[in-house]
Amino acid sequence: MSDPNPEQGIVGRGNRDGAALFRQWFSQLSQTAESGGRAAYVFVMGSMSELLRTFDLPVVFPEINSLQMAVRHVAHEYLNQAEDFGYSPDICGYVKADVAVQLRGGEHPMGRIPKPSLAVLTNACNTYIKWAEIWERMYGMPIFTLDIPGTRAAGTQTWPGHPDFENDRRYVQAQIVELIALCEKVTGQKFDIDRLRECMGYANEMSRGWKLVLEHNKARPSLFNALTDGTIYLGVSNGFRGSREGGRFFTELVEEMAYKASQGIGTLTEEKYRLTFIGVPCYPIFRRFNELFTEWGGTFVHSTYLWFASGGTNLGFEYDLARPIESLSEGVLISVRDAMDSMFYQDRAILEMVDSYDLDGVVYHPIKSCRTTSAGMADNRRALMAARDVPSLFIESDMMDRRVVSEAQMKNRIDAFFEGLASRRRQELAAG
Amino acid sequence: MALRTFETWRGQSLEGILYECRELLEDTSYPTVQRWREAGGRVVGHFQVYFPEEIAHAAGLLPFKVCGAQIETVQADSRFGSYLCSILKTSLELALSKRVEFDMFVTHPICDAARNLGAVWGRNFAYPCQILYLPQNANSSAAAIYLRDEYARLQRSVEAIAGRKVAGDDLRRSLSVYNRNRALLRELYRIKRETPWLVSADEAYVLVAIGGLMPREEHNEVLEAALPLLGARPGRKQDKIRVVFEGGFCEQPPLDLIRAISRSCYVVDDDLLIGLRWILEDVALEGDPLLNLATAYLEHSSYSPVQHDLRKPKEKMLLERIRKSGAEAAILTAAKMCEPGLEEQVAYAHALESAGIPYFVSEFEEKMTTFEHIEIQLETFVENILFS
Repeated sequence: MSDPNPEQGIVGRGNRDGAALFRQWFSQLSQTAESGGRAAYVFVMGSMSELLRTFDLPVVFPEINSLQMAVRHVAHEYLNQAEDFGYSPDICGYVKADVAVQLRGGEHPMGRIPKPSLAVLTNACNTYIKWAEIWERMYGMPIFTLDIPGTRAAGTQTWPGHPDFENDRRYVQAQIVELIALCEKVTGQKFDIDRLRECMGYANEMSRGWKLVLEHNKARPSLFNALTDGTIYLGVSNGFRGSREGGRFFTELVEEMAYKASQGIGTLTEEKYRLTFIGVPCYPIFRRFNELFTEWGGTFVHSTYLWFASGGTNLGFEYDLARPIESLSEGVLISVRDAMDSMFYQDRAILEMVDSYDLDGVVYHPIKSCRTTSAGMADNRRALMAARDVPSLFIESDMMDRRVVSEAQMKNRIDAFFEGLASRRRQELAAG
Repeated sequence: MALRTFETWRGQSLEGILYECRELLEDTSYPTVQRWREAGGRVVGHFQVYFPEEIAHAAGLLPFKVCGAQIETVQADSRFGSYLCSILKTSLELALSKRVEFDMFVTHPICDAARNLGAVWGRNFAYPCQILYLPQNANSSAAAIYLRDEYARLQRSVEAIAGRKVAGDDLRRSLSVYNRNRALLRELYRIKRETPWLVSADEAYVLVAIGGLMPREEHNEVLEAALPLLGARPGRKQDKIRVVFEGGFCEQPPLDLIRAISRSCYVVDDDLLIGLRWILEDVALEGDPLLNLATAYLEHSSYSPVQHDLRKPKEKMLLERIRKSGAEAAILTAAKMCEPGLEEQVAYAHALESAGIPYFVSEFEEKMTTFEHIEIQLETFVENILFS
């Protein structure tokens, strides 16, 4: 029997299911912590979840743990504790919040975080390396740096078959083989290549879906808010990568987006201005930060966050399951490289995005905590403005530390930005 | 090497040589580079920490160590956000203000800020700007071969700038020049370690740092003249404590700060400009020179907060540096806003605490101009050790 009111089932399903999956994930982590089970600490850019799942290792994303503390308005308690331990106010807030979680034996507002048996990190963010060294000192567990060579200069990416790409790929592949050996040692489990194929298949489903979901938001009105809804989707894309649930979630999300597009159902915002968000959200005032834009009819139809924080899944790279290790090396190299490009060489992609997503403005949000995403942002903006007459806003704050978040100052800047957009629109209308 | 870019030190006494070296180091018009360019030479600027200069040298280019300067950031400020170390801004300012001009720029994935620098530089200059991806998994069995091929890629870029191919023998000749340089720097640090009253920390620093500004053959000549004079210098041991200075691997403290430290301490070892001293032994000349250079980077090298190697936990390496140099205490510094440096400070402090080694913690910025406060704090620290 067909659903008499399909809208009720489909619309908003991604957010509902995403939130449920998220709670389920943290609940499982708490159980692991309580039972003293093994867990792998990983990061959003190159988590290697496809591989770790084959060893039954639950994955912990300390970045996600930390941002949850900011969203739940308790980050300052953790930051203060880490600073008392010796960490500077000028380093990454995610790191400090996690240090405090560790000092508290895993206590977290969403449950209990298990101790790491292994940490796997890429060099997509150098802070990952320093962060993992902290756990190594605390717990004496193995840490594995999966070194992914990035793009050497803007526009010079090489691809399979090119000697430079093949050198990078061989290096990544050799490391993956070494990581497999380490996982066997840590878990006592033999590597099962068929399970890897299965997990890679789910990751393929997710990659296909994520790419399509992002494409769908070219619709007018936009179908989801890249900042708020997008963060929920990102949570699932990371926490459930390589799992059956993760693959299914994104297949269903594509269905939801297709349905909304066909019915002309947009976000809750009456869309006046289509914006893109560059950087990491302002989590200490997450909801209010978004409202500062939506109150003016501004909605975020895209964000570079959806690229790099998905580890480059946005590319939709699909593994060749007939040659899993080689293809995993290739896919990780291409995807994580793209995640890095989304931060360092984003100006070209944003230019393209302005047209394809029909953008009215670009919002840059450099943050104190993160040099990776923020150090080049002013220059990126300068390059964008030189290349294209598109309004942009540059507001500095933080993703963790409320001491450097000034809502009043931000509101002044954001209001002025929208007044400029409104004036510009009036002029365009007058000019016909 | 026919061209000489630095001549004023010749025929001088030791004090005269040191004076000329200091003048050169503090001259932000970079006369050695100017002379090199006026003679038709080309220049590769490379950002901190380590760069395989031999590859550029073998192609007949001048490798120039980009490590910031004490200058105002008039143009560079608009290219960066607020929460950044100074060295990134002043390094770009050097190029934007044309104080020093390059034909190619290379940065490294040493930290998140430095990796952004490659893209920022590339958007501001027409010449090639790239990231040299030094391996961050030094423990992989594939790291040396990967790095050898990455060096070969760099070599092709360098050849395009130089307009000539680099042969294996060119590389071997350059390795030989740099091996000599490494030996001389080791000797300088031996003097510093064994007889620190013969060379102050700021004098040693100047002698090392000018190496980043000139052809390495010339640097060798300066060191070959200065080191015997240092060894023969009349001087008597003073009542100063022996310290290791840690935190100068990237952004450099002002020379006046190093001098201020020297007034109350013998700095018997440090990580200042560690990239110039990264490789600890001669690089083998037989066989594949690029592979030899890559292997030396990984296997025969120092340590820093920006290289990850499971075999070299930084706090253990620091304790080793303290032990080998016979230091009684450590000065743990970090450049303001330097994330790797600030993070490492915590591990260093805890390790020293456990080992019962006194330490002094501070931050610096290359553009600092007053040192009284830090000098008073340091004197108090020293007195506590001397009279405890």
